[in-house]
Amino acid sequence: MELGFTNAAYVVAAVLFILSLGGLSGQESAKRAVWYGIAGMAIAVLATLIGPGAGLWLLSIVLIGAGGVIGWQLANRVQMTQMPELVAAMHSLVGLAAVFVGFNAHIEIGRVATAFAEAGLAFPRGYAETPEAALAGAIVADSFRGFGAVVAKKIPVEITILQIELFLGVFIGAITFTGSVIAYGKLAGRVNSAAKQLPGGHMLNAVAATVAVLCLFWYVAGGGAFPLILMTLAALFIGYHLIMGIGGADMPVVVSMLNSYSGWAAAAIGFSLGNDLLIVVGALVGSSGAILSYIMCKAMNRSFVSVILGGWGGSAGEQMAVEGEQVAIDADGVATALQEADSVVIVPGYGMAVAQAQSAVAELTRKLRDEGKTVRFAIHPVAGRLPGHMNVLLAEAKVPYDIVLEMDEINEDFPDTDVVIVIGSNDIVNPAAQDDPNSPIAGMPVLEVWKAKQVFVSKRGQGTGYSGIENPLFFKENTRMFYGDAKDSVTALLQKL
Amino acid sequence: MKLGVIGETAPNEARVALTPASAEAIAKLGHSCIVESGAGARADFTDEAYRAAGVEVLDDAQAVFAAADVIAKVQPPTEAEVDMLREGQTLISFFYPAQNEALMKRAAERGATVMAMDMVPRISRAQKMDALSSMANIAGYRAVIEAANNFGRFLTGQITAAGKVPPARVLVVGAGVAGLAAIGTSTSLGAITLAFDVRPEVAEQVGSMGAEFVYLDFDEATTDGAETGGYAAPSSPEFREAQLARFRELAPTVDIVVTTALIPNREAPELWTEDMVRSMKPGSVIVDLAAEKGGNCKLTVKDERIVTDNGVVIIGYTDFPSRMATQSSTLFATNIRHMLADLTPEKDGRIVHDMEDDVIRGATVAHGGEVTWPPPAPKTRAIAAQPKREKARELTPEERRAAEVEAFRAQTKSQVTMLAAGGALVLLAGLFTPASFMQHFIVFMLACFVGFQVIWGVAHSLHTPLMAVTNAISSIIILGAILQIGSGSFLVILLAALSVFMAGINIFGGFMVTRRMLAMFQKS
Repeated sequence: MELGFTNAAYVVAAVLFILSLGGLSGQESAKRAVWYGIAGMAIAVLATLIGPGAGLWLLSIVLIGAGGVIGWQLANRVQMTQMPELVAAMHSLVGLAAVFVGFNAHIEIGRVATAFAEAGLAFPRGYAETPEAALAGAIVADSFRGFGAVVAKKIPVEITILQIELFLGVFIGAITFTGSVIAYGKLAGRVNSAAKQLPGGHMLNAVAATVAVLCLFWYVAGGGAFPLILMTLAALFIGYHLIMGIGGADMPVVVSMLNSYSGWAAAAIGFSLGNDLLIVVGALVGSSGAILSYIMCKAMNRSFVSVILGGWGGSAGEQMAVEGEQVAIDADGVATALQEADSVVIVPGYGMAVAQAQSAVAELTRKLRDEGKTVRFAIHPVAGRLPGHMNVLLAEAKVPYDIVLEMDEINEDFPDTDVVIVIGSNDIVNPAAQDDPNSPIAGMPVLEVWKAKQVFVSKRGQGTGYSGIENPLFFKENTRMFYGDAKDSVTALLQKL
Repeated sequence: MKLGVIGETAPNEARVALTPASAEAIAKLGHSCIVESGAGARADFTDEAYRAAGVEVLDDAQAVFAAADVIAKVQPPTEAEVDMLREGQTLISFFYPAQNEALMKRAAERGATVMAMDMVPRISRAQKMDALSSMANIAGYRAVIEAANNFGRFLTGQITAAGKVPPARVLVVGAGVAGLAAIGTSTSLGAITLAFDVRPEVAEQVGSMGAEFVYLDFDEATTDGAETGGYAAPSSPEFREAQLARFRELAPTVDIVVTTALIPNREAPELWTEDMVRSMKPGSVIVDLAAEKGGNCKLTVKDERIVTDNGVVIIGYTDFPSRMATQSSTLFATNIRHMLADLTPEKDGRIVHDMEDDVIRGATVAHGGEVTWPPPAPKTRAIAAQPKREKARELTPEERRAAEVEAFRAQTKSQVTMLAAGGALVLLAGLFTPASFMQHFIVFMLACFVGFQVIWGVAHSLHTPLMAVTNAISSIIILGAILQIGSGSFLVILLAALSVFMAGINIFGGFMVTRRMLAMFQKS
């Protein structure tokens, strides 16, 4: 097939990808949008397979098929609560693939250069070639297929740019790979989720980054494979160390940031391969992840840099001491209050996901709604470990999405709410964010649940949450603590209603 | 230990400090209860009911004093009762130590411990034994009921076949516990309720009860309620003038006034003056809950209902809680029970009088032969200090317009700066890079731009599907691997093959998971 046809297919695919992302603006159009994405991907892969430059297409199809079976199995088996881990794990695959493709580009350049040397020609080819040299060069170039042929036609500046591009692709890809592996480990509970750094902290990251930059100059100046490998090791270390230093509560930002990185890596590889579709899709994914990270950071009132560098922003002084006591209540008490209430708001958090309590919560919702009560869900943008995590869990449990509201939609309604049930969330309902200027989360927008007539907090014990910040909500007069595993608590509650 | 409860001797007092229900709860703390025969009669608790709850009923107060280790009652003890106290015995009741210093000394001399329910500090932990609040709650409710009883019209507005009835207008002065209870009762009866308090921070609470807060046109740094333990502090003469002027405006328009303004240990402030009473409509009702301390209205006669020359009813009863003796006894007995629970930390029937405890220390006015009143300041503040809020100034339309223009200009400026800087950078790059690169670069920039525009529109709730789908799409890297897999080098083929394989997992896994997620979103 001709290059023109391939490019035309790429245009169609790019449009389909854009429609696919744009369609996610509503729940109904989203169901159509995912098919656009699938179609776009199919067209892109097919056009590349039959287009110029591809070879071993049978092997490719077999490999795609084998990978597809595994992916299919994984996607069907995974629990909705494990969604964050799955996404993080899959990012690591993209990162690793980018590293491999980048290395391949380097090897191809080397092979082309060797071939030219054997033919007694200069490579990269000079500007002012003699007609004989140009002819001989063309013959050598013709002996290469696919990417190699493209490389063989490049002039010196283009080769330098190509090297920078593949270098960047490998760098970002490597960070994405180890970063995603660590993020996966933290989300799956295989790596301690607390923020941990090696002695030296950010200095180590800075040193590794400096090494990577030095390697770039060395590599472009003709250093060969060694600087590339050295940089890859440095980047792998940065990815590992950076994410290790970020606490579990910041994982939503980390996952979307890695998402963004995997996109930029693809775009960088696209540049080096001269493939426009790779560039377009990489840029789409990259900007999508960047915007998501921005939204998450805004929801936590923190700068992106402070999240990425790990740890909470410095606190300005002593935090307010919390007074009073946490008053416990049993399922009977909560059931009575629910029976008397007209309007109920449920605030789910990561604790609900951990306890797999979403079905019980959905059942509770159904029961209360059958009795004619208004039941709604309030979702904080950073609830859970992934942007929109709670929405997915509730949707899985068949909670209708039109009673699941965002923070801005529901915050004004709390004063008119009879009962608020907080299930496994902590920082996102912490009044200290508004009252205490010295609190580490001061200024973070929170759900103002304490304005409701009564608040029940379902929590495993008296400990603080991920961030380790004391929550004055638990000590308020209208708050009662409903201790126990979220699933057991809600199930016990269901029997009393 | 034995808790003994004696009957009240004061004529207007129908309450009792123990109910059968509270006796059962107290038994769980390891204490047994004794009650004087007939003590609960006026609150509708018979001796039989007490016996059924396992309470021993003794014939007279003397017998109770002799048998019990802890005596509980409602009103401050009489001299005769104090004289019956013995060393080591504890008395729990209202005491008003500021007015009863002689009595307090006498009790201390006898070696008894006296705990004043009215001295329980107002901290959250002590709410459950705050009898002043629980009684004030009843007083506020009853005040409105009493007013409605004396008011010749409906409180709620109605449109009937026989004509239209306007709703009554009720003004509640002082939004403490009693005031808030009065507001709640009044609004639930359908009256239009206004409320005033010198502490502007309670406006929110007033609003939450359904009343309208009466603001003064007065600028002064008002005392923070937190500094005085949540009670009101005396106000400046200027402030008082502004307040009275506002009341004078309101007086002819309101039908019922409930005043609850009290400042601890002071004469009640005069808030409803004679001329205001005179300007009220005939048939209007004033209920003065401050009658005990001289009244917020000087025409109030303590413990009596009077009618002024212009037909305004002024009610000065001081025994509102006692008029609902069953309810108030139940709540008071619960307060006493909580106090006992704090005194019995191990629930083993042994009283531990911990003078280090803020609540117990605050309530104890006589202990170990000495008067221990006034208590030192509690270690914890009652209410968290209100953060000083800058009042947002109302902007004039011109100012608002100017601000908008200013914001627009700033936005334009930053946008133009960014565009210029970005454009310059791109042009600079174009100078040094070959055309083949710039072609791709244009595509890249446009794609970034499209991405930014498109992603902003994605719904919050679909962020997880968005991540899953972008993850699936990012496996477009497979194109790179496919383009390289045809190379001649074995190493390249191997790496490319691995990449194709991994990207394959990602494509199918990513789209599959997205589809699973989206299929779950359902409308109700």
